[in-house]
Order: sequence, then C-alpha cells, then structure tokens
Amino acid sequence: MTILGPLLMAAIVIVPIYMATRGNEMKTVAVIDQTGIFFEKFKDTDNIKFHYLVSDIGSAKSGFRKSGDYALLFIPKTEVSIPTNAILYAENNVSINVKSYIRNVMTKQVEDMKLEAKLKDLQTDKNNPLNVEDILRSVKTIIDVNTIKITDEGKEEKSYTEISMVLGTFAGILIYFFIFMFGSQVMRGVIEEKTNRIIEVIISSVKPFELMMGKIIGVGLVGLTQFLLWVVLTFGIVTVVTSTFAGKGAHKPSIEQTVIQNATKYNPDNLAMPDSSALIKPQDEGVNQIFEALNSVNFPVMIGAFIFFFLFGYLMYGALFAAIGGAVDSEADTQQFMLPITVPLILSIVMMQYFIQDPSGQVAFWFSVFPLTAPVAMMIRIPFGVPYWQVALSMGLLIITFLGTTWMAAKIYRTGILMYGKKVSYKELWKWLRY
Amino acid sequence: MELFSALNISKQFSGHKALDNVSINIPEGSIFGLLGPNGAGKTTFIRIINQIIAPDDGKLFYNGRELKPNDIYNIGYLPEERGLYKKMTVGEQAMYLAQLKGLSRQEAQRRLNHWFEKFEMKSWWNKKVEELSKGMQQKVQFLITIIHEPKLLIFDEPFSGFDPINASMLKDEIIAQKENGATIIFSTHNMASVEELCDHISLINNSRVVLDGRVRDIKKTYKTNTFEISYTNYQAELSGILPSAFTIIKEWNDHDLRMATVRIPSDSGPNQLISSLLPYVMLHSFIELVPNMNDIFIKVVTEEKTEAVLN
Repeated sequence: MTILGPLLMAAIVIVPIYMATRGNEMKTVAVIDQTGIFFEKFKDTDNIKFHYLVSDIGSAKSGFRKSGDYALLFIPKTEVSIPTNAILYAENNVSINVKSYIRNVMTKQVEDMKLEAKLKDLQTDKNNPLNVEDILRSVKTIIDVNTIKITDEGKEEKSYTEISMVLGTFAGILIYFFIFMFGSQVMRGVIEEKTNRIIEVIISSVKPFELMMGKIIGVGLVGLTQFLLWVVLTFGIVTVVTSTFAGKGAHKPSIEQTVIQNATKYNPDNLAMPDSSALIKPQDEGVNQIFEALNSVNFPVMIGAFIFFFLFGYLMYGALFAAIGGAVDSEADTQQFMLPITVPLILSIVMMQYFIQDPSGQVAFWFSVFPLTAPVAMMIRIPFGVPYWQVALSMGLLIITFLGTTWMAAKIYRTGILMYGKKVSYKELWKWLRY
Repeated sequence: MELFSALNISKQFSGHKALDNVSINIPEGSIFGLLGPNGAGKTTFIRIINQIIAPDDGKLFYNGRELKPNDIYNIGYLPEERGLYKKMTVGEQAMYLAQLKGLSRQEAQRRLNHWFEKFEMKSWWNKKVEELSKGMQQKVQFLITIIHEPKLLIFDEPFSGFDPINASMLKDEIIAQKENGATIIFSTHNMASVEELCDHISLINNSRVVLDGRVRDIKKTYKTNTFEISYTNYQAELSGILPSAFTIIKEWNDHDLRMATVRIPSDSGPNQLISSLLPYVMLHSFIELVPNMNDIFIKVVTEEKTEAVLN
C-alpha cells in the first residue's frame, strides 16, 4: 500500500496533464464563405486546420461525410454586407474549442470592418463629435454560430453544445455522487453488521452472497427511488414553468431560414425598420431558444442511459464497496482499500473538462469505454450524441465488469465477514479470492 | 438414532488445517458437548454444520439423509460472536429474524408474543436494542435462536457474558428444550457446565477428534481407582497398615481429621481398602475420586502436546 498509494495519487495528477499536453487530434474544418469576408482569415492552430471550399453548400453537405473533415463551416451570404451568423455542420457535436475559436475569429473580423467603416464615416462627416463610447457600442458584434448535426441517415438536427455541456456535467456529477453516496452506504451497512456481530446469525439463515446482493440491491433501489422522485418532481416543475412562459413558441421555422432571417434582422442598419420576422422580441427569442434547446435533448435516451449507467455503475462499485466492508473491522480501516476504488471515479471527474471540450475525441472515448470510469464519462458524453456502437461497447464492458466485481466481492465478503481482529492486506485479499 | 452426523470432515484455510477427518455422531434428544481448546476448530465445525462454510472433504447427514440447504430451518444457532442491530427496535428485529428462519408473519408474531410474555420482556418490544443491557440483549438473542422450534440447537459458548442469574435461567431453558425433544450441540470451555448438562462429548484438539463418547463412559475410562479417606484414632501410619500393592498418594491433616488419597490396583476393589483400614482406624468418610471433565480435558490436551513435542 505504501507503494500503491503514491502511484494512484500520481495517476490523478499525471493522467490529466499527459492528456492535456498530448493535445487533441488535429481537426480539419472546411469553410464555405459566401460573404467572402473571411477568406484566409481563419488561421490554423495547433489542432484546428482550415481549408476553403468553393462548391455550393448543398453538394458540400452531401459530400461531407466522405470528406473526413471534422466540421463544415458555412457562412451564408446576407442581403446586407455584414454577416452575423454562421452554421457549423458536423457529424457529432462540435467541440466547444472549435466553436469558440470560429466565433472569436468572426467577431474580430466583423468588428474590425465596422470600426473601419465608422472611422471613415467620422472622417467624412466633420460635424459629428468623436464619441468613443458611441463608437464602441456601434462596433460591438455578437456572432451566432449554430451547430447542426448531420446524422447517419443524412438528416440534420440543430445541436446545442451549451445545453449538452450543462446536461452532461450535471448527469456525470450526479452519477459520481450517487455511486459514492450509495456505495459507501453499502459499505457502512456491511461494517455495521460485522461490528454488531449479527452477521453470523444472519448468514446461518441466508447465504453470504444473498446477504451481500440483498444489501447492494436494496440500497440501489433506495437510490433509484430517490432519483426517479427527483426526475418526476423536476419534470413537474419544468412543465409548469414551460406552459406558463412558452406558449408562443409553437411555430418553428426551419433552422437555416431562421439563421438567414436573423442575419437581416440583427443588422444594425436594419434595426430601425422591423421586418416581419422581427416581430418576436429578442428576450422572448432567448427564452424560446432555451426551450428549443431543451426540446432538442432526447430525454428518454438521457434518462434511460442515466438509469443504466447509474444502476450498473453502482452495482459494480457497490460490490467493491461491500467487499471492502467485509474485509475490514471498522470504518477507520477502510482507507487503504478505498483509494483504488475512488481513483477512477475522481479521475473521471477531473477529466470532465476534456470530455466536454471534445466529446467525440480519443480521451473521451477511452474513458467512456473503460468500465471503472465509464458511468461518469459516458454520461457526460451522452447529451452530445455518441455513436451507438460506442454506447453498446461501454454498456457491454460495464456489465461484464459488474459480473466480475460481484464474483470477486462475493469471495472476499464471504471470508471477510467471519474474520475479526485481523489487519487485512492486499496479499490476504488475493488469497481469499482463490479459496 | 443419530439426528446429525459428520463423516470425515476436513477443512483447510490457506496452509492451515482447521479440521482433519472429523467424524461426529449426535444422538437424537441428547445434549452434545463440543469441547476443545481455543483454535482447535470448534467454531469452524459449527459453521460447517450451519452451512456457512463448506467443508473441503467429508459428508454431513441430518436425520439419516445428507444435509440439504434448507435444513437451516431445522437448526437454531447462537454464535459465540453474537449481536443485534443496535438502532432497530427489539420487536421489529425479532420479527425480521424470525421470518428469516422461515416463519410466516402471523406465526412469528404469535410465538414472539408468547416468549416475550414468558421472559417478562413485553415492555421491551418498542425499545431500541442499544437501550437494553447486555443481559437483556442476550435474552433476545436466545429467544431468536429457538423461535422457529428447531430440531437441532447449536450454542457456541452460550454462557459467556451471562450473569449467574441469567446463566442459570439459560441452563434451565436449554434443559427444557431438550425435554421438548430438541437435540443440542453445545460448545464450551466451561467444564462444570459440560458435566452438568452434557450426555455426550467430543473433544477436538489440533483439528482432530481426540476423545469421543458418553460422558459417563469417558469418566469410567479415566477412572484411576483412587479414593479419598478421612479418619481418626489411628494406631499406626497408613503405610504400615495397607497392603504393599496400594499406593498412598498424599496424606494431610484437616482440623481434627487425618486425610489421605490412596490408589488401589485395578484387580482389587474398594471393599479391600476398607477392610484393611477398619481394624486400625475410625473411618469418617470414603469417596472414590472420579476424574471430572476438567481433569480429563487437561490431561488429554497436555498429553497430545507432549506427544507432538516428542514426535
């Protein structure tokens, strides 16, 4: 343990650093710029490469899946000169890094153009006093980068990286807490029965395995009940709020239409004379967008995946926690065995930012397939959309590992619960496994 | 008729043999003492009977057929390390444990009511276990052990931790169980209670059965033909009076009485000792010194030890 401890602790520190320095894979983004403003303006970075296409958007989209490009950036031509919108097509959710890089480049470019124009105006119109605040305000630009997922069937759906991020983070942390909370509840229960000395009375009536599984399943059902209660209540609240605030969001224009309409609408030159599409006030738009984003989330899949990963993650860890409880005499002795179990869990939380930044990257993939980190890592990825085979692989491995840890835990538990006053070492546990 | 028997049971724990070819027969309706020093393998054997652990080798028989998993409903087990859920109420807990032993809810309730009344425990029903004294908790544990009226009762060190009053109550209850037709296995270090309660014993030492049989028979085997006498008015030393084949082990004075222990050869009887004494002394008492279980236990175990050393 003296050696294992530092090793595991070091892993928590080193793995994220290694992953960070190793960097993400190179991503190529194809650009179709109908405005012509941004030509050669997107500079390649350490992990994003840009190349420009001159084809029309339709054929680019249909050829996209074969091109091997990470994303396709489309900046539509606007009726007026200054663009405020862009659409980013990708197979999966677009990494937040790429998205924000594009947004920054575009914002900078548009602001520069506006500033130049403004300064030219000022030069010609000598009557106007120079007002810096005024200039800054008129130059300020918000660029909307909308992300659209091109699905396997060639369908398109709008994706909301931000909402996915929030949901993923929330679900990941929830799983982490649930596993820890209910896992240690199992462990404490086992230790309690052991220190109470009631264990021998009980296992003379039921098999140790039944007792262990009974405890794990019982606590798990408590956890599930609690979770479902939360879901039902949360949904209740959300539904009430939605029906009060979002009555008008009924008609939904197609995404591209909206984008192009918005392009005209937000144009500062056009603001004075509202066109038909600008009837919806901007703040309503914000609320609507949130609901639209929420609607885009596949809640049945989310909840289904959550229940699966919670359940099996918990069962897998619960068995390990039960084994620890069986092996020790008191909670004070659990530390040395807790470490190897907590490290993968903590690691998956520490690595969370990488999963979110690049939900379909290598790091996220391996963490969401490795069973001990899968429950948290996969839950973070799910809202971003994960290929089915990866989910299936992750689930399969998780189930196999769950069976493995349960088998292992049963062996340790069976021997451990009848053992008192013995300081158990890893070597000892290994022996118990082979009885 | 044997209610329970074990045939050539062996069990090994990581290089250490806990039980080595242990065979035991427990007659129906008897109180069977399972004796042995600490670490001899008694608890392991009891756990095997309870099917908590499986033997590596050997067979177990219950009522003439091989032991089956659901025979646990025919067994009541009071372990040496025993306890209860501290935060649960006595009644809830008793109901839970009784149902674990296969009783229906109504039946458990009915029987518990009966026993709680009998043991004057009615007022404890809604109390948490941690509010009870240790003696009270042990009463609850005992009651839970017998609640499903098992054919075979196993008590591992039942008297440890009991005060004399509760211990004697427990003893009476054990005897009552026997009279009701239960067979009892009784593991203990307390040789006085063995003598008082047990019909049969098995002595396990170093994982093997070293002594086995009816208590009466065993005592007879270990009898050494030694007598303790007390007398007055002696006219000569004992060594001058007794035949040379008789050995005087010890002589001492107890107030006005002269005392002695004498061993006679196996071919002569107590009458010979008395008749050789009578002409010279006034005899006050004459007792055959039968070895008690304590002596036998120590003798067998230490002999084993010396043998082990010699080997």
